Amino acid sequence: MASHYEAPIRRPLITGEKSFHDVTVDVARPVEGKANKAWWIVFSIALVAFLWGIGCIIYTVTTGIGVWGLNKTVNWAWDITNFVWWVGIGHAGTLISAVLLLFRQKWRMAINRSAEAMTIFAVFQAGLFPIIHMGRPWLAYWVLPIPNQFGSLWVNFNSPLLWDVFAISTYLSVSLVFWWTGLLPDFAMLRDRAVRPFQKKIYALVSFGWSGRAKDWQRFEEVSLVLAGLATPLVLSVHTIVSFDFATSIVPGWHTTIFPPYFVAGAIFSGFAMVNTLLIIMRKVCNLEDYITVQHIELMNIVIMLTGSIVGVAYITELFIAWYSGVEYEQFAFLNRATGPYWWAYWCMMSFNVFSPQFMWFKKLRTSIMFSFFISIVVNIGMWFERFVIIVTSLHRDYLPSSWTMFSPTFVDIGIFIGTIGFFFVLFLLYSRTFPVIAQAEVKTILKSSGERYKRIRENGDSLSGTG
Amino acid sequence: MEYKISNRLRTGAIILMILGALGVGYGFIDSHSVNEDNIVEFLANESHHDGEHATEAQGVEEVHGESTDDIEKDHGHGAEAEVEGHELSHEEHVLHQLHNRPYAALYVAAFFFFMISLGVLAFYAIQYAAQAGWSPVLFRVMEGITSYVLPGGLIVLLIVLVADSHIFIWMDENVVAHDALIQNKSSWLNKTWFMIRGLIFLGGWSTYRHFSRKFSVAQDLADINDNSNFKKNFRISAAFLVFYIYTESMMSWDWIMSVDPHWFSTLFGWYVFASMFVSGITVIALVTIYLKSKGLLEFVNDSHIHDLAKFMFGISIFWTYLWFSQFMLIWYANIPEEVTYFVTRIEDYNLPFFGMVALNFLFPLLLLMNSDYKRIPWFVVMAGVVILFGHYLDIFNMIMPATVGDRWFIGIPEIGSMLFFAGLFIFIVFTSLGKHPLLAKGNPFIKESEHFHY
Repeated sequence: MASHYEAPIRRPLITGEKSFHDVTVDVARPVEGKANKAWWIVFSIALVAFLWGIGCIIYTVTTGIGVWGLNKTVNWAWDITNFVWWVGIGHAGTLISAVLLLFRQKWRMAINRSAEAMTIFAVFQAGLFPIIHMGRPWLAYWVLPIPNQFGSLWVNFNSPLLWDVFAISTYLSVSLVFWWTGLLPDFAMLRDRAVRPFQKKIYALVSFGWSGRAKDWQRFEEVSLVLAGLATPLVLSVHTIVSFDFATSIVPGWHTTIFPPYFVAGAIFSGFAMVNTLLIIMRKVCNLEDYITVQHIELMNIVIMLTGSIVGVAYITELFIAWYSGVEYEQFAFLNRATGPYWWAYWCMMSFNVFSPQFMWFKKLRTSIMFSFFISIVVNIGMWFERFVIIVTSLHRDYLPSSWTMFSPTFVDIGIFIGTIGFFFVLFLLYSRTFPVIAQAEVKTILKSSGERYKRIRENGDSLSGTG
Repeated sequence: MEYKISNRLRTGAIILMILGALGVGYGFIDSHSVNEDNIVEFLANESHHDGEHATEAQGVEEVHGESTDDIEKDHGHGAEAEVEGHELSHEEHVLHQLHNRPYAALYVAAFFFFMISLGVLAFYAIQYAAQAGWSPVLFRVMEGITSYVLPGGLIVLLIVLVADSHIFIWMDENVVAHDALIQNKSSWLNKTWFMIRGLIFLGGWSTYRHFSRKFSVAQDLADINDNSNFKKNFRISAAFLVFYIYTESMMSWDWIMSVDPHWFSTLFGWYVFASMFVSGITVIALVTIYLKSKGLLEFVNDSHIHDLAKFMFGISIFWTYLWFSQFMLIWYANIPEEVTYFVTRIEDYNLPFFGMVALNFLFPLLLLMNSDYKRIPWFVVMAGVVILFGHYLDIFNMIMPATVGDRWFIGIPEIGSMLFFAGLFIFIVFTSLGKHPLLAKGNPFIKESEHFHY
């Protein structure tokens, strides 16, 4: 794939005196060891939040959507905000594993596994909202075009909400397959190292009998490449279709053609921020600082800075075109965002999304782990506000002033959102104790080209033979 | 590796320019052969010749009946018609369209070649900012192509200056006086401010291009461990990309979107970007293959061609994505003030409008899907020619409906303009290619790039 020569100015991606065996041991350690107290505490908190969320969901479904803060004018708010937010977060995983693979970015290898896990768990959370925000969720299966006793009553394929069904379900299944394929060699490694029979059995089961023959590796690579090629348009189209939910409408503030690429940019932006949040903690608690280095965090910060700037350009474009269009509804929609009753949400969004990533232009700040962690949280809050602002401020004041109203969430709205955060962390915490969180098979392929130790040997002009 | 533009290529380019200039000149003379005095006769003759018209319209009277319809379809110049008391007669309207044609043809061709070099400049800056290891062997090719940014851009602005309301209806004071919508925009859409903006954009782009070229050449001569010129280039590339992302959008609103001053689309700037980016990459591939065929780029192997072809493939799909997003959203919502844009195009430009999608999407998708094909030079050239023609049509579809309406044709004025700018482009680009060695040997990634294998 890559050449054998690497420019000396490239910095090492794996620090420390790592050998192939060290990689194995480092990656297997969290899985083979026992969970500590801190893990149990965090897990319990997440579980409680999750259970509280389930309670709220059951309450909603059994009592009715009226327990939420929605009204006749603002009939989408926290539900769809959270949905789009979670889908957006889910995009970074595919971005890292697919797009960065297509662009031959070696640094992706230390982070792709966790990013994909995050994708899948985030899409789970997202997938809840389209169902629970229905008035009659028990009829949700009607969105599927299945032959039935109603004279084959079918769905209307013109609705972006139906496209959502296809987009999200395809996205989840492709991501899952992509993730699992990559896991095969790593599960096989855990299988081969397992000492307890139960663990051996489990990892033997999930690794599908991977034995790492040349032919298998060759096909493995090719499948990865094809899936990456398919996942890239998929990731673009999924968030595009999510953006169509708004952009196909005629609501001022929603109907705008820039939404498809701009939502995608926002998704990469928030997704990378979430990856940063998770990995900054993970590298510390799992002792993976040699694999997820400051350079990885710096590069993710650069992606955040880049996509944050693209989002900024989109905001400015929308503002300019609203003025340029001469459409007073459109102009009012943006005036209302900036100066109306939800001005605070708009300015949170603006300052968190557009201004905060600009700090990353300073090398000192983007290589600071504390600062990166702080900004990654800020970005995620900002991106939640972005969806909230787009959805609520456009709905609560549109064409007819007699329909103008306000929105405020109830504890159930909030409870469900907290529940999804809890569920997400339950899954992610379980994952980090049972899955190889770094794609060790992939990392080993770059150890000799980008490992600190091997780089030094090569720069000294010594031979690499016998150093494996 | 030294390169000098060959006499054959130079003569060829000059011949293209002369032929093109003759075509352009003919276009202006021909279009003005119809004027106020003989327009009625011209229309009568036309309806006599044209079967469809002949059955529908027996006389000039009938044509008058059709005219409101005609004018409404034509959105940009519909501005003229929407105003009370300022309705143009059918004759005047057609006369405008006929007279606009050579200007529009020239403008489309000028912008097309300019956008290629600007697209290459963006690609070049991205390669620097991303610290790409595969592309440094192509840097000199890219630098050669970007030498057209400044002259090309100035020519575009010059055409705007000369063509005035022949292309941009909002430059016609009579129209603006009767059009409230344009009046509201006139703080942005006025000729002085338009020209100042254009010069600022061009100034920024060509300044970057000047210094990046300078540092790139200086890096060649620098000491082996001295990467200071490279680092400077890295920094100014990042700064340029920020400048570019803003100015490119504004440039598309100004130079293209405002030909239909009533219409607006937030996606437009990025859509134009995709078009220029894919055309630029295609031209990098074509020039590389040409120079390689002359035996001048021995360090370029088929993996480099493969990578370029992958970009042509990928960005073609990206372009289609943006085309579809813009089209579908407007079609779906069907809001009258936006949808006229596509109504005109589908009714009057059916073949170029949808044909372009086939050329820009289906062909690259099918031709460049296979990884073996992406390594075959003649295959990449074939696909490249299709892509370039497709994106010429893309620009054609953006400009023509607002300027010549349904009186479009790809004839002598259009082909002449294309030939002229093709000749100029080849002349400037290949002269510039001959100024410095074709291998940027001081680049710290050059060895990685020479050994690149995919």
